[in-house]
Formats: sequence, C-alpha cells, structure tokens
Amino acid sequence: MLIPLEHILIFSTLLFAIGVYGVLVRRNVVGILISIELILNSVNVNLIAFSRSNALDPVMGQVFAIFVITLAAVGATVGLAIVLALYRIKRTVYTDEINLLKW
Amino acid sequence: MIFLDQIFVNSKKAILNLASAFLPTDAILIVSALISIGAIAAFGPFTMMYLTWFERKLVGRIQNRIGPNRVGIFGLLQPIADGIKMLTKEDIVPAGADKVVHFLAPVVVVIPALLVFSVVPFGRNMVAIDLNIGLLFFLAVSAMTTIAIFMGSWASRNKFSLLGGMRTVAQLVSYEVPMVLAAVPAILASGSLSTVDIVEAQGGWNGLKWFVFTPWGFVGFLMFYLCGVAECNRTPFDIPEAESEIVAGFHTEYSGMKFALWYMAEFMSVFTISALTATLYLGGYQGPWLPSWAWFMIKTYALVFVMMWFRGTLPRLRVDQMMGLAWKFLLPLTLINILVTGLWYFTSGLGLRLGLSIGILLVSSWVLVLFNRPYMPEKRVYEFAE
Amino acid sequence: MLPILAKLFIYGVLFLSLVAALGVVLLPNIFHAALCLVGTLLGIAALYLALQAEFIAVVQVLLYVGAVMTLVIFAIMLTHRIGDMTIPQTNKQSLPACLALFAFVVLIGGLLLKTDWSILVGTGGSVASVNPPVDTFMLGKALLGEYVFPFEVVSVILIAGLIGAIVVARKD
Repeated sequence: MLIPLEHILIFSTLLFAIGVYGVLVRRNVVGILISIELILNSVNVNLIAFSRSNALDPVMGQVFAIFVITLAAVGATVGLAIVLALYRIKRTVYTDEINLLKW
Repeated sequence: MIFLDQIFVNSKKAILNLASAFLPTDAILIVSALISIGAIAAFGPFTMMYLTWFERKLVGRIQNRIGPNRVGIFGLLQPIADGIKMLTKEDIVPAGADKVVHFLAPVVVVIPALLVFSVVPFGRNMVAIDLNIGLLFFLAVSAMTTIAIFMGSWASRNKFSLLGGMRTVAQLVSYEVPMVLAAVPAILASGSLSTVDIVEAQGGWNGLKWFVFTPWGFVGFLMFYLCGVAECNRTPFDIPEAESEIVAGFHTEYSGMKFALWYMAEFMSVFTISALTATLYLGGYQGPWLPSWAWFMIKTYALVFVMMWFRGTLPRLRVDQMMGLAWKFLLPLTLINILVTGLWYFTSGLGLRLGLSIGILLVSSWVLVLFNRPYMPEKRVYEFAE
Repeated sequence: MLPILAKLFIYGVLFLSLVAALGVVLLPNIFHAALCLVGTLLGIAALYLALQAEFIAVVQVLLYVGAVMTLVIFAIMLTHRIGDMTIPQTNKQSLPACLALFAFVVLIGGLLLKTDWSILVGTGGSVASVNPPVDTFMLGKALLGEYVFPFEVVSVILIAGLIGAIVVARKD
C-alpha cells in the first residue's frame, strides 16, 4: 500500500462524520438520502482498505463491498420512490413539515 | 508486413529510446504515458472533426445533394472553417442559468468521451492501458455522460433543455441495461473482461474467427450496436435532441465553443461505440492480409457509416416505442442470448449446436415480437365522405 | 520520484473528496450537493484504484455515479421548486451535531492512531502487512462459490426493492 492504513481509516471516519452531520441537519429528504450514501461509502472504504492491508481473507472485504453497494442502490431506489409519493401527497420534501403521525 | 503492422508501436519505442539517452528511468515512464495521452488527445478531436465532414457529405449524398464543397477540395477544410466559426461566436449564458454548472457541463461531458479511448485496442499492441476490466471500465465511464447531460439541461433553466435532459436520462438508463447484457456473451466466450483478450480470443481461422459468425454472436452484435446507437443519442433514437419537438434538447442554450464541445462528445462516442462493437463481436483488429490497425479502422468506420446511414433513412421513434424496445424486446432477448451462449459451450457437435441456438433465438424473438405487437386502432371508414 | 508523486496524488484525491463531501452537506442548493456527491464518489473510486481494487472502483462508478446518482438527480428535479432557493435548508441542530461529531472524530481518530493494526495477523511488527491485490477472477469465484447464499439473498432484495419502488411510486 502506498499510504498507511491509519490515514485511510481516518479519511473514512471523517467521511462518516460528515455523512452523519448531513443526516442530522438537512431538512430535505433527498439531502438526507445522499448523506446516507456518504456513510455507506465510508464503510466501503474501510472494507477495501482492510482487505488490501491485513485481513485474513482478502476476498471477503471486496465481496461485502459489492453487497453494500448493491444494498445502497436498493435503499436509494426505495427511498426516492417514497420521496416521490410523499411529494405527490404533501407537496413538500422537508422533514419538519411532514408531521402526519405527530399528534 | 510485421513492419507495417507495428509501425506505430515501434515509432513510440524509438522515441522512448531516444529519450532514455538523457532522462532518468522514472521520467521515461511519464514520457511513455504522455505519448499515449497525446496520441489519444489528438486522435479524438481529429476524428470528431472529420466525422462531422463525413456525416454532412454522406447525408447530403443520401438526400441527393453534394454536401459541403466550398472550402478545400471536396470540402475537406470545412471542419476547420466550422471550428473558426465556433470559436469566434459569442458565448451566451442565459440570465437565469446556474452559471457554474452551465459552464462545467460541456467540459464534464468531454472527459468520459476521451477517457474511453484509453481501453480501445486500435491494433496489435496498440492499446493505451490494457486494464483487466477494460470492458467494464468503458461501460462505467460512458455512464458518466448521463450526469453531464443532466447538468447541462438543468443549469440552462429552459423548459426545452429540461425536457431534453429528462428524455436523455430515461433513454440512457434504459439502454444501459441491455447494452451491458448484450456484451456478456463476448465476455463468456473469451473468459475475460480485458478488451485485448476479447480480441485475441477471436484470432483463429486466419484472423476470421469473429464472434459475429456464431448465432449468439450475431444476435449479440445487433443488440449491442442498437443499444450503442441509442447511447449516443443518434437517429432513430434521437428524442433527447429532437429538433422538431423540443428545439435542440439539452443543448438548446449552448452556443459557440460550448456547443462544439457537446458535439465533440457526441461524435467521439459515435466512434468509440463503433470501435467497441467491432472489438466485441467483429474481431477488433483481427483479419487476414491487412495490418491490424487497418482492419480495426475499416470495421469501425463501416459501423460509423451504418450509423450515418440510419440518420439519413430512418424516422425518429416515439418515446413509448423506444422505451418499449429497450425493456420489452432487447432486455429479454439479451437474457436468452446469454443462455444460448452457455448452451453453445456445453453442447458438442456442430449441427446440434447450430440447430439448438438458432432455434431458440428464432423462436424467442418471434414470441417477443408477438407479445410486443402494438395496439392498432381499426382503420376508420368514411361512409359519406366520398 | 514516482512513489512520491503517487502519494501526493492520493492525498490530494482524499482531500478533494472530503471537500466535496463537505459540499454535500453544506451547500444550500440540493442539486449542487448531489453534484458534489458525484465528486466524492469519483474520489473514492480513485482511492480504490490506488488500493488496486479495480473491479470495485469500476462498479462504484457504474452503480453509484451511473445509476444511483442519476436516480437522485431525477428525484431532485421532480421535487424541486424554484422557491426552494430562499428556504433555509438546515434545521437548528447544527451546533450540537457539530460538537458531538467533533468529539466522535477525535475519539475514534485517537483510537485508530493508537491501535497497532499489525497485531491482527500476528506479525508483531509496527508495519501493517500487505495482502496481494484481489483480482476479478478470485472475486467472481468467491461470489458464486463461498458467498453464493448472500449473493442470492441480495438478488432477492433487489427484486423486492424493484417491485416495492414501483408500487410506492406509481400513480394509482
């Protein structure tokens, strides 16, 4: 590896933190969804970095990275379908304006 | 023969040898990369310039005109005149446009169109990078075009641009799926994702053992080529930029050099899609007698010619027809084609192989055509209109 | 000279990806945020290339940039209103979120730097061991051999997601 493992791990930690920040502060549902993509990517970076550096089974990390990417695609699809349905009914995509279940 | 075949490779080696006399080893690697990059960066735009000339000449001939003939012999200097015109035109940015994205979009669209040249095998030993996932790289990078077109259409803040962008994305995403699946038989048959290995797998029979001469190869070739035509937004799949419906689609608000960049990306992808089709199913640079790069260019330009022939003869498809073709005809047929490829390799005896695969493909395409028969209203009869 | 250049290149890519990731969460215009996410994803793909995981890098570009981001941008276009430019795009949790995540990053970062990662394979030295790069052939064998059950489960999930998305999003 060209750069030490720790630096990649710190990169992915920062990416994760930024993603969580986006999930916490964004009002737009689509914004929250794309922040979740950031979080999933930070996980993938870890998987690949360990698979390259010192995992006992290097193939496993890559296989699970593929699974994570697939599941992220599924999540994005269903999430955006829900956003579209929501927008059609409520005419808004802001989380604090969607309070149908709040009593 | 060998000399002609390897003339470009050897000239690059000669330059490197010359450079190694007074440069360190690390720098030689960089110089080698720079030569490849330079060759591609010069070849892409040059191809684009003369493809515009070729298309205008050819469509002119199809429409019983002469085409450009004022600048140079046969109008050969026309692309240069066009380039000067494009450069000196005013660059208009709409007042409501998102200026940064409006500027970035044509730049971003050219990058993937140039990047894919790096895995195209132009001849024996004439590939810039022999990635072991070259084919996947090609498909992935050309998928980035969608984002660029979306950027351009959204940033223009124009309803025709936006409509064009929406149509483009629907079309590109739909045709991506059958395109990837149509490439699978070639991967199965050669057992590799590298474009060079795929070409080498078609080398038997004095360089004529192309995949297109097998039943699955023929079907795969047709489908991959059709999807490729749709991927570069050419007639009959040019609804994203349909002149008679939505002005010019996603590049309505572009002028001058930015417009030229959109065109450059389109024509370069015409070339690369034809090149990849030739690589996958027409044996790439394989062929008897002629040098390898000559065979590659002949096949590629033949496919480019067919694309322009389409433009001259076929009317534009409707949106629903186009989506129907992708999802209801091409997608099932590509899946069946993958199955047939598998059968081809697990049956023995030429007669059984041929009969089984041709039979399955014919029956399934007939069934698909039957299922896809469009709704036709009965012909109206005017009783008293005589 | 080349390794240094490559190192500089990787650190530059990592830095730019982080900047683009900040753009994803901070930019007020949601379309720009999505474009920034494309930048981050491409940066991560470049990192995978540097780690010699070519297949994952290409899949990342093909699936994320080609498919997921197209979908996201489509959704943004369908739900975007021109008045959205003036509405605040963040809620009031910004400061506590910042503080908590800063604490998180400091904690995890410190932990990461203190851990001796090479212990895991029992080499004992301070230099982490390096696995050989996984080529596509091995990956394919693993996916359809050892991991075929999760692979099938994922495909069932894909089908479920496909049908679910159509059912949820269609006009009835």
